[in-house]
Amino acid sequence: MKPIRRRFPWAFLAKRVAYGALAMLVIAIINFFLLKLAPGDAAEALAGQAGTADPVYIAQLRAQFGLDQPLLSQLWAFVVRLATLDLGYSYVFNERVSVLIFSRMPATLMLMGAAIVIAVIGGIVFGVTAARYANRWPDRVISFVALLLYGTPPYWIGLMMILIFAVTLGWTPTSGMENVLAFNTGWDRVVDIAHHLILPALAQSIFYLAIYIRLVRAGMLEVLSLDFIRVARAKGISERRLSYRHALRNAVLPLVTVVGTNVGNFLGGAVLTETVFSWPGVGRLMFDAMFQRDLNLLLSILVLSSFFVIVANLVVDLLYAIINPTVELK
Amino acid sequence: MTKTPTSSTFAMSRRALLLASGAGLAASVLPFGPLKAQQSGTLAMCVTPEPNAMCAAFNTASPVTVVSGKMLEGLLSYDFDVSPTPALATAWEVAEDGLSITFTLREGVMWHDGQPFTSADVQYSIMEILKQHHPRGRSTLASVTAVETPDAHTAILRLSQPAPALMYALSGWESPMLPKHVYEGTDVLQNPANNAPVGTGPFVFQTWERGSHIILTANPNYWGEGEPKLERLVIRIITDPSARAAALDAGELHLAGDGPIPVNQVQRFMDSPDFQVDTRGTEMNNSLDMIHTNLRNEHLAKLEVRQALMHAMNREAMLSVVYYGLAELLTGPIPETLPNFYTADVPSYDYNPDRANELLDAAGYARGADGMRFSLRLIAPTVGDTYDRMGQFLKQNFRDVGVDLELISADIPTFIRSVFGEYDYDLTLYPGSVTADPTIGLQRFWWSKAASQGTPFVNSTGYESAEMDQILEEASVEPDPEARRDLFVRFQQLAMTDLPILPVARPIYVTIAAANVENFVPGPDGIRAPYGSLAFTG
Repeated sequence: MKPIRRRFPWAFLAKRVAYGALAMLVIAIINFFLLKLAPGDAAEALAGQAGTADPVYIAQLRAQFGLDQPLLSQLWAFVVRLATLDLGYSYVFNERVSVLIFSRMPATLMLMGAAIVIAVIGGIVFGVTAARYANRWPDRVISFVALLLYGTPPYWIGLMMILIFAVTLGWTPTSGMENVLAFNTGWDRVVDIAHHLILPALAQSIFYLAIYIRLVRAGMLEVLSLDFIRVARAKGISERRLSYRHALRNAVLPLVTVVGTNVGNFLGGAVLTETVFSWPGVGRLMFDAMFQRDLNLLLSILVLSSFFVIVANLVVDLLYAIINPTVELK
Repeated sequence: MTKTPTSSTFAMSRRALLLASGAGLAASVLPFGPLKAQQSGTLAMCVTPEPNAMCAAFNTASPVTVVSGKMLEGLLSYDFDVSPTPALATAWEVAEDGLSITFTLREGVMWHDGQPFTSADVQYSIMEILKQHHPRGRSTLASVTAVETPDAHTAILRLSQPAPALMYALSGWESPMLPKHVYEGTDVLQNPANNAPVGTGPFVFQTWERGSHIILTANPNYWGEGEPKLERLVIRIITDPSARAAALDAGELHLAGDGPIPVNQVQRFMDSPDFQVDTRGTEMNNSLDMIHTNLRNEHLAKLEVRQALMHAMNREAMLSVVYYGLAELLTGPIPETLPNFYTADVPSYDYNPDRANELLDAAGYARGADGMRFSLRLIAPTVGDTYDRMGQFLKQNFRDVGVDLELISADIPTFIRSVFGEYDYDLTLYPGSVTADPTIGLQRFWWSKAASQGTPFVNSTGYESAEMDQILEEASVEPDPEARRDLFVRFQQLAMTDLPILPVARPIYVTIAAANVENFVPGPDGIRAPYGSLAFTG
């Protein structure tokens, strides 16, 4: 079959970008009010950390943070800052918000990317294997382990992995993103970071790996029962090629959809993984911002996260058309 | 410089030797871990949570004081019995009338940028920074009206009234001296030096990778003889207590303080030959766990009820169940670690549920059909799991005397808003620091004039006693140590008679170090010390 040639879907893109921008604005506004519902403010959080504070100090802090302004003008100030791409200065963290976020972003993207790759590849390999040996022992083992992983809290898995692989076996470091005592540069540093990445990426991927295995297995079983597979098998195509080349291409569409919607979950899951492994990413920054009520920082992170999710979903929709040329982009 | 544990007299390879030592267990596989570290004299410690700034003049959160204290110094330092010792000031004299303190400053001290440290810096730091922007500087330095600088190495603090507590608040991490030439004429709150301090301390700021680590390097011009002994101090940020324990186990961390690991693992580290555990280092801080009542509650307003709650607590059992033995029970609001003020001669309340039941019966609270007399809410901040265990423990104790306890665990801003902003609580449990002087740390909880709705960590109970106010006010300006002690003895007796606050225990926050680290608790401020003498042995 020849691929269907068509023009680049500009209209589709324009529409999606407009929707995306609107969605981000709505998300920002809803989040603003949601976060304002949390009791206490940044001044109280800072004073709480300090252990003591007098009323003048708290009033000074509130004025600095703009917390003495009416609620709606705080919201307006935030939206204006967003629109002008100026995220402002965090008096809680003593740094520009954009610097705070973008210095932590690469760590999270690296972790998220590695976790997604592990989950997708693992999901496909184990899912296809399980489907090929449906109801025989490899399938039983894979399905049982997948169920077990699905039901285990990632936080606990992370700690157990540290105990086993880092403390007992000594194969990996316990935490952090690099060995800060070694002062590695260049290639050594890349190897070092990769070494540190193994456990957190595995820990974060495991829950999704379990889902993807089940998803691919179910999809494969469905496709493998279709007529064209029987035809292909009759033509003498090897089972391996049949599975990966003919069946998988059709079975993988649901997986792509789910991965796209999971990007947001991966960002959310980063909070736990980054805490357990002391990974210096945005997830922990978000966590700290919440507990310190740095709402401007937190909102900025949330808006950026929503941007990522929107972009990821757009990419998934475009991928559809590539994987399955009969899908039309409207 | 420190040496590696490898000695040429051993025919053992370095790797084999490290493998044999517990600290090198995980590090032996690859060139990660402490091997390189010790050769270059780099020590890794950790701080929790991540500090928000590097300078403690504007933010006195615990992790900020730990980091700041390595780079910025104060006029004084303190020894284990909390008497002042020289730091940036080599000598000091309090005038007989208590209205001035003359400090003789150390000569030849340079800021990290090479400028000389002089009395002008002291004047500027106290009057323009600490009194204006320090979270508690306005109250600790309230009586300081001026700082006179007759010459470059003399600073005279003029006081409006005697301030005996002031001498306990001049450490580097509490009242750091800042360079006037860096701060003057700038927006001090946004000054870049707040994140990259220019100080006089043994360590110089190098980098801060947020979320990961802070690197400080040795100050080559430090005034301390032969100090600092390390070339580098790496301060890692490891957020999870179990992960910190794992990092210590794996040799990726040489030092951690302020109770860094889950309390149920401390014993294991104490028993291990690879680690040293020190229980000292909190004498400057003296954080106390106390239950603050809300006297606006109709039940708690009755003294018999508060006495009954004291009798209902099985504090001996609490010591092992809640604290795993890492605490000292309090007899009153002042801990035994402050011998200059402490007295055991106070009304005491033993564990006696029968007595508690009698008191509650006498107060007119009969048990209902469910065996309960009334219910109370206990709110505690989510800081570690000690308070969760404590809440569950108290719930059982109080149930035995017919008081139903509802437990509320809240994050810090929520807790502060409920307890201090809205007085919306019945009982609350949180750590409160006495510091080294009761006027600084304790007066705020019992003094009726300290109460100020919306201000955290002051009198929230609604307690008002003219006698108590008078004792505390007199003690805050009494220059004679003996007379001042007598006032604080009366304070402790009255506090335990009126019971607006139920003292429980002084938790011990341990400091843990690898076996080859020395001087990691050099003074009463524990890991807040400047660490000029911190070193690897061998």
